[in-house]
Amino acid sequence: MNRRRFFGFLQKEFRHIFRDRRTMLILFGMPIVQILLFGFAITNEIKNVNVAVLDKAHDDVSHDITNRILSSEYFHLYQNLNSEKEIETAFQSGKVKVVVVFENNLAKNIYSKNIGNIQIISDATDPNTANTIVAYTRAILLNYQQDLNKGSKPPAIIQTEVRMWFNEELKGVYLFVPGVMTIIMMLVSAMMTSISLAREKETGTLEALMVSPLKSWQVILGKVIPYLVLSFSITLVTLGLSMFVFHVPIRGNIFLLLGEVLLFVITALSFGILISSIAPNQMAAMLISMMGLMLPTIILSGYIFPIDNMPVPLQVISNIIPARWFISMLRDIMLKGAGWSVVWKDTCVLAFMAVVFLFLASRRFKMKLR
Amino acid sequence: MKQETENIIEAIDLEKKFGSFTAVNKISFQVKRGEVFGFLGANGAGKTTAIKMLIGLWSPTSGKATVAGYDLFTEANQIRKNIGYMAQRFSLYEDLTVIENIQFYGGIYGLRKNILKERAEELISELGMESFRKELIKNIPLGWKQKLALSVAMIHKPKIVFLDEPTSGVDPITRRQFWDLIYKAAEKGTTIFVTTHYMDESEYCDRVSIMVDGRIEALDTPSQLKKQFNAESMDEVFLKLARPTGIQI
Repeated sequence: MNRRRFFGFLQKEFRHIFRDRRTMLILFGMPIVQILLFGFAITNEIKNVNVAVLDKAHDDVSHDITNRILSSEYFHLYQNLNSEKEIETAFQSGKVKVVVVFENNLAKNIYSKNIGNIQIISDATDPNTANTIVAYTRAILLNYQQDLNKGSKPPAIIQTEVRMWFNEELKGVYLFVPGVMTIIMMLVSAMMTSISLAREKETGTLEALMVSPLKSWQVILGKVIPYLVLSFSITLVTLGLSMFVFHVPIRGNIFLLLGEVLLFVITALSFGILISSIAPNQMAAMLISMMGLMLPTIILSGYIFPIDNMPVPLQVISNIIPARWFISMLRDIMLKGAGWSVVWKDTCVLAFMAVVFLFLASRRFKMKLR
Repeated sequence: MKQETENIIEAIDLEKKFGSFTAVNKISFQVKRGEVFGFLGANGAGKTTAIKMLIGLWSPTSGKATVAGYDLFTEANQIRKNIGYMAQRFSLYEDLTVIENIQFYGGIYGLRKNILKERAEELISELGMESFRKELIKNIPLGWKQKLALSVAMIHKPKIVFLDEPTSGVDPITRRQFWDLIYKAAEKGTTIFVTTHYMDESEYCDRVSIMVDGRIEALDTPSQLKKQFNAESMDEVFLKLARPTGIQI
């Protein structure tokens, strides 16, 4: 009898969700689009940058360097310039991003005076890209210099060998996948649940439910389960997409990862219930979850802006944001292959938050209706 | 007739306070089994508060009450199974179809599948809603929604149905049909507890109570009330009660 009641309720909830095709499309479409965007479009890497060369030397060294620059996959020779005047026109065309200028008698200067001058001029209308391009060009030049000094005994040199662990190619997707997953889970779990409960409140159906023999925990559970299923499956889609399309690794234990996902979903769901117990209608529920949840999650969770770079007060505030702990765990598990011994602290924090939210939510919910 | 004398609702000194404001001030009344009991009062007189206490949504500050033979304070779960409730805003799901709404409410009242199916068919044919079966609630006219909401509130054949201003915003023809449905249910022995502020509707009730400022000021059959207040109509009775200073309009 009791089970039948509950399953009837569950069936109704799924009907609400699946009937609302547009929302479903947004919910499944958004993470896919975001991951694709972060993967393909938004990237700090540079590829096929158009370079122009003004070679006044025309000797071995200048040819050698030019060849090295062009043989890297980053640069592409757009044109050879003949005079300084042409540099400006080249930049104005918008095609050329960097110009390399070799001085007269470059090779001679290097061998006799030990100093050769090469100028790198870049289009800094976009400072970030300009910086990156210059850094890449410098690296190639430095490389050449080292080769040049190979035979002779150079004065003391500190060689730095840099490796970017956990993301050797500095792929932006690696950073964004955990963030996108978190935002979507927040959205589906907290926002959708709070809106759905607030809608029942707004239309008066919640009253009808409370008058019926359904218990209030059954109502809450019936609201929670569908969204739990929904956000879990969206998470799987997001994960699958980032694994198979962008080869984002899952170096840690997948079950640990899924376990943490479940924990976070529960935290977010209880937050959603708390919101709906405060909000009188759908509009308010949406506003509260947007302003009180989504914005802090996006800004303060370390999703885009590194927490360590924030002013201290904001760092402190970021501690109360569940997503902060979750994103850090995701990165640990997925990219660093960390295990339980690393993430147990963050897990405890998240679990504690879930308990607190659940407690507050169930108290408020009862007070409101009984 | 034993049925006529059995009290299905008994309230003794029922009181509800919100802070220092007393919404319902120690009301006592009885409703007999099978009665159509009208619960009248101006807006803000305390009708809705009283009804919400009786259906277990709000707990009374003090007093005693039994509903359907169960104690309001200790046996709320039993009460829930034996009552139906239709709120001012009808409580159907707009994005579900007629049949899905019926199935849902039948389900949460624990009806078995085969019984539910039977009841659903019965209900749809009684209302003449065969053509609306698979229509979403948001697409059917208000009058139909209202009638459907009433029938759905009674899908589990409760002993008492509480109707909180069920006919507000409905055209006169639908109101008439609505009262036909109420009578039909009453004939089958269901007790009807209905609040309204349409005074003509109060004439349809077996007995009527009139609430003013949280208190029940009068309770009797419509004809007795008219006699008592020396009035032509219930409208007049109501005005005399609600405006005791005798302001004439």
